[in-house]
Amino acid sequence: MRSLLRKDLLILRRSRLTVALLVLYPVAIALLIGFAISRTPSRPHVAVVDETAPGETVEVGGRRVAVSSYVDGLFRGVDATRVPTRARAVQEVSSAKVIAAVVIPPDIAAKVSSATVQAEVEVIYNGNALEQSLVSSQLRSALAEANLGFSEQIQRAAAQAIELLLRGGNLGVLGAPSNLIGLDRIPALLQKEIARMPPGPDRKALQQVARFATFAAQNLNVSKRVLATVGQPIKIRSTLLDGRRTPLDTFAVVVAVTVSLMFLGVLLAAGAIALEREENALARLIRGLVSRETLLLEKILLSAGCAFLVALAMLAGVGAFVSVDWARIGQWLAALACGAVAFAALGVAIGALAREVRAASLLAFAVSLPLAFLALVPAGAVGHGFYDAIGVISFVFPFKAALQALDAAVNGAHPALPGPAAHLLGLTVLFAVLARVGLQRAS
Amino acid sequence: MSAALRVEALSKSYGGVQALREVSFETEPGELVAVLGPNGAGKTTLLSILAGAQQADSGHVSVPPREVGWAPQQPALYARLTVAENLELFARLERVADPSQAVAAMLAQTGLEARAAEQLGRLSGGNRQRVNVAIALIGDPPVLALDEPSASLDPAQRERLWEFVAALARAGTTVIFSTHGPGEAQRHADRVLVLDGGRVTFDGTPGGLIARAGGGEDDLERALVSFLGGDRGAPA
Repeated sequence: MRSLLRKDLLILRRSRLTVALLVLYPVAIALLIGFAISRTPSRPHVAVVDETAPGETVEVGGRRVAVSSYVDGLFRGVDATRVPTRARAVQEVSSAKVIAAVVIPPDIAAKVSSATVQAEVEVIYNGNALEQSLVSSQLRSALAEANLGFSEQIQRAAAQAIELLLRGGNLGVLGAPSNLIGLDRIPALLQKEIARMPPGPDRKALQQVARFATFAAQNLNVSKRVLATVGQPIKIRSTLLDGRRTPLDTFAVVVAVTVSLMFLGVLLAAGAIALEREENALARLIRGLVSRETLLLEKILLSAGCAFLVALAMLAGVGAFVSVDWARIGQWLAALACGAVAFAALGVAIGALAREVRAASLLAFAVSLPLAFLALVPAGAVGHGFYDAIGVISFVFPFKAALQALDAAVNGAHPALPGPAAHLLGLTVLFAVLARVGLQRAS
Repeated sequence: MSAALRVEALSKSYGGVQALREVSFETEPGELVAVLGPNGAGKTTLLSILAGAQQADSGHVSVPPREVGWAPQQPALYARLTVAENLELFARLERVADPSQAVAAMLAQTGLEARAAEQLGRLSGGNRQRVNVAIALIGDPPVLALDEPSASLDPAQRERLWEFVAALARAGTTVIFSTHGPGEAQRHADRVLVLDGGRVTFDGTPGGLIARAGGGEDDLERALVSFLGGDRGAPA
């Protein structure tokens, strides 16, 4: 075993290009994936044409809400550039300077104030089907945010108007009398008058008016709450079922390190075992000099050791930029070791199928990359059946379990480390057995 | 004299193809045995079973694989290791008592001392084959199985190889080799085994094969072609 390890390390030392590719390529891929995951989606670059008159307002129950607040809300959701006319906006979209344009028509205030005709804004976009889909979804989200902010201001204005009706005062509406009595004071005043009136038809009629005033005051009070409900019918309250929330940037670190661990472990192990066949040395070794089990164990240890060291260095290096808990380093080491061994076992199983290093590397790469992406597909992003199939695939390959183990070790996420670690060790045994069968067939 | 190697009823098939059929023979210590036959006759299969690189379906070999030095047809070496590192690796795997001394001895015996520090990938095919044979010898085995050992050697290297192999045989090592050239067998082998379709069709001296083929020929190549039927082309 020691002689074989020494031999493989010598070969690795002399294969500088291979080693550079084996280390740099996975690290580059891992960093790209981590960067993509950790970044929030960028704001779309959009041209905005505001055709409303300066200072235009929407009138609600005598209160005024500036249309510019809608535009401000839209500006927060997109990377906006103001353009003066619709024609200029179309030109900007056509020349791909912006991905879309939003035109706020001059009659938007009148339509919102009318409360009978729904106001519209126009969205202009271009590009292929994918770009259209992305732009459409990002713009809908930004417009929904702006709508929500605008409707909240309108709600507040309407609620203030209702409050004035209930409590009394100056409505501020043109033609409305000043210092109006509030609706909620009317029932009490009426009851005083009724008490002084003699029984008869007039008293009975006034009692009917008093009952209506009481009912109206109560329901106007309720209507303020109804307004809030209509403005945002459902609020989101988040409940995390298990574990603690993992910040996106540290999760991205975990994904990046796991991807590196996978590529290095799988590619190196597959290449190392295939090299024995490519050099015709396999038959010479296993004719009694080395058992197949020892040979596989040596390749697993070599590849897992290299993958472990690179991944640990990467984790420690990234730790300089992202906050990670160094007190958990014992768990990091355990998770990295379990993951590295499982990936190396997968690698030798792949390598045992190939006759040459290039074929083994290609096969290892072709198997690993989709597995990593499948394991990152979130629930709900695909149909139930497909997600179940992804779940099965992710279960029988080590990426997801390694990701869970490292997430638990680095971020204290759920499930806790022992579960995924045991899963990884089980997969190690499974792939080692498959590699043993493959090696038997190969020889 | 007791047999150095006894092979009894070896059979091996690959799928539906029968590579060896009940092959049996014995060799004496120091005997040089050439295995001849057409392509696909089972020569490589026989030698790799003797070396333990393959398992026979049935039959028995009296010498355990670890006591058979094996030089496969394609050099089984690591291109990125030097000549000395390749020899040392296999010396250690063969559990040779003093690997460094064994490496030095092999380098001297094969005339590769000047190339000891060169990586295998930079050597000529002939020199790689010499290292391939040297590795087969490094454990000082009592039986040596050489699969077409002179392939890719130039005439001078070939002569050196056979002198070397003859010296080993004189020292008591039993050598079984397959060859493309019946002329080599005629010159160097004490005995010839002819395999055809996985069966031993002749087992005797080169002169005996010439006599069996009709006796009119004095070269083994013609005699072998005649023996095998003449219509299957040149022997391999």
